[in-house]
Amino acid sequence: MGGISAILGRLWSTSGFMLLTDVRQVVMIVLACILLYMGIHKKYEPLLLVGIAFGMLLTNLPGSGLYHPELWDAYIEGAMGLGEVIHEGGLLDILYIGVKIGLYPSLIFLGVGAMTDFGPLLANPKSLLLGAAAQFGIFTAFLMALILKFPANVAASIGIIGGADGPTAIWLTSILAPDYLAPIAIAAYSYMALIPLIQPPIMKALTTEKERTTVMEQLKPVSQRQKILFPIVVTIFVCLLLPSVAPLLGCLMLGNLLRETGVTARLSDTAQNGLMNTVTIFLSVSVGATARYDRFLNVRTLAIIGLGLMAFIFATIGGLLIGKLMYKLSGGKINPLIGSAGVSAVPMAARVSQVEGQKANPSNFLLMHAMGPNVAGVIGSAVAAGLLLALFG
Amino acid sequence: MSIGTGVVYSLLGIAVVFAALTMLMVIVVLLYRFTTPKAEAPAPVRAAEPPQTQEIVEFGFPEAPGSAGGVKLYDTPEKDAAMVMAIVADAMGKPLNELRFLSIRRVDAENGGSNEI
Repeated sequence: MGGISAILGRLWSTSGFMLLTDVRQVVMIVLACILLYMGIHKKYEPLLLVGIAFGMLLTNLPGSGLYHPELWDAYIEGAMGLGEVIHEGGLLDILYIGVKIGLYPSLIFLGVGAMTDFGPLLANPKSLLLGAAAQFGIFTAFLMALILKFPANVAASIGIIGGADGPTAIWLTSILAPDYLAPIAIAAYSYMALIPLIQPPIMKALTTEKERTTVMEQLKPVSQRQKILFPIVVTIFVCLLLPSVAPLLGCLMLGNLLRETGVTARLSDTAQNGLMNTVTIFLSVSVGATARYDRFLNVRTLAIIGLGLMAFIFATIGGLLIGKLMYKLSGGKINPLIGSAGVSAVPMAARVSQVEGQKANPSNFLLMHAMGPNVAGVIGSAVAAGLLLALFG
Repeated sequence: MSIGTGVVYSLLGIAVVFAALTMLMVIVVLLYRFTTPKAEAPAPVRAAEPPQTQEIVEFGFPEAPGSAGGVKLYDTPEKDAAMVMAIVADAMGKPLNELRFLSIRRVDAENGGSNEI
């Protein structure tokens, strides 16, 4: 009898319940459950948020030994190599290598490229200006972060939240400020999911009823040859201009080329589905794992969440203002509402433009027109990320 | 980094993004110009003459933006036409707005009538 109680006692003393000594661990477990609720029940970016929340849950369960941030600290300081991290680390440490070396975001971009139709952008190249304008949020948030005394590399990573592009934010942050990866990724994906709530009030405040009712002309047709040449030309031009962006943009354009060639349907299908889904699981869980209680729960995380919101707001404002300018210059032919779609977040932001346009004029169909700035925003945020990496990397 | 330097970096950053995407816009315009075949003189098209008995519905209102244009309906109710277009789009695995339907004619099986989509 005494033997059994001794065994049970030993089992209890080595259990996670006994190691649950810090109230912050409980807070993080509760926070992970809230994020799971948001992802599953509210359907806020579920494909990523569920994985991130579960990774967060796993990493904060004491005694599991799945993720060791101290190993990564040693790796960054050069005291340890990747081989030693693999040897001494847990499952999530091994998965995290894909984030650390920038593999997952690039592979996600491969899938994004295979799923993206650049036709609306090719039909209306002026969309690229709206995609550029919406990057205003990145540099505004960067400045605000500097004012709040964040180091320049961290400020750049916070700013990239305004690109409304999860893989780009993760890619840049994992290089510039890996300690801040979890709050930045969570802020980016949370606000992307909240775009239908964040953007409409700004769109209404900055545009007039007359502007919102503008009906745009039908898009001109785009040939298959143009769609094939586009990713090749963009890769050559942008990667020569900003070589640091080559991993992201190269993969985006490769994925798009696989889609458009007409002779690589199987590869395109794999990039869009099998590969994309696999990498999404690895990426989301390993990013969530970096949100350990002793590193995540602090005032800086709250500041990042607040700055992320500012980044989204100013990105929307930037796109709308250039949209208004184009409305004036075109003699009222361009609906400024499509400017807000320049914040990437494909296709959510374009759908918001469509919904707001139809509220003003029920016979208005802005979706395809908004897809141009939307996909231009992906290119714009990748260019901005490459620039920030070149400046602060 | 000082705030002043940060302002300079921010202005530089947004300027570079604008410059890069503007250049890309020019490239796309050139790409479009050089890869679009010059418009040939339109060949005379003989208009299809529907049988006298058929009811022809042609939408008179302007084409919806983003759509592939109007569609002529020969002896076909609008609801049936919408269903046919949805089925064709689904069978082809293409979004409806990427397909162009010129006209839809009701097939008269007994008379061996042609179907035109």
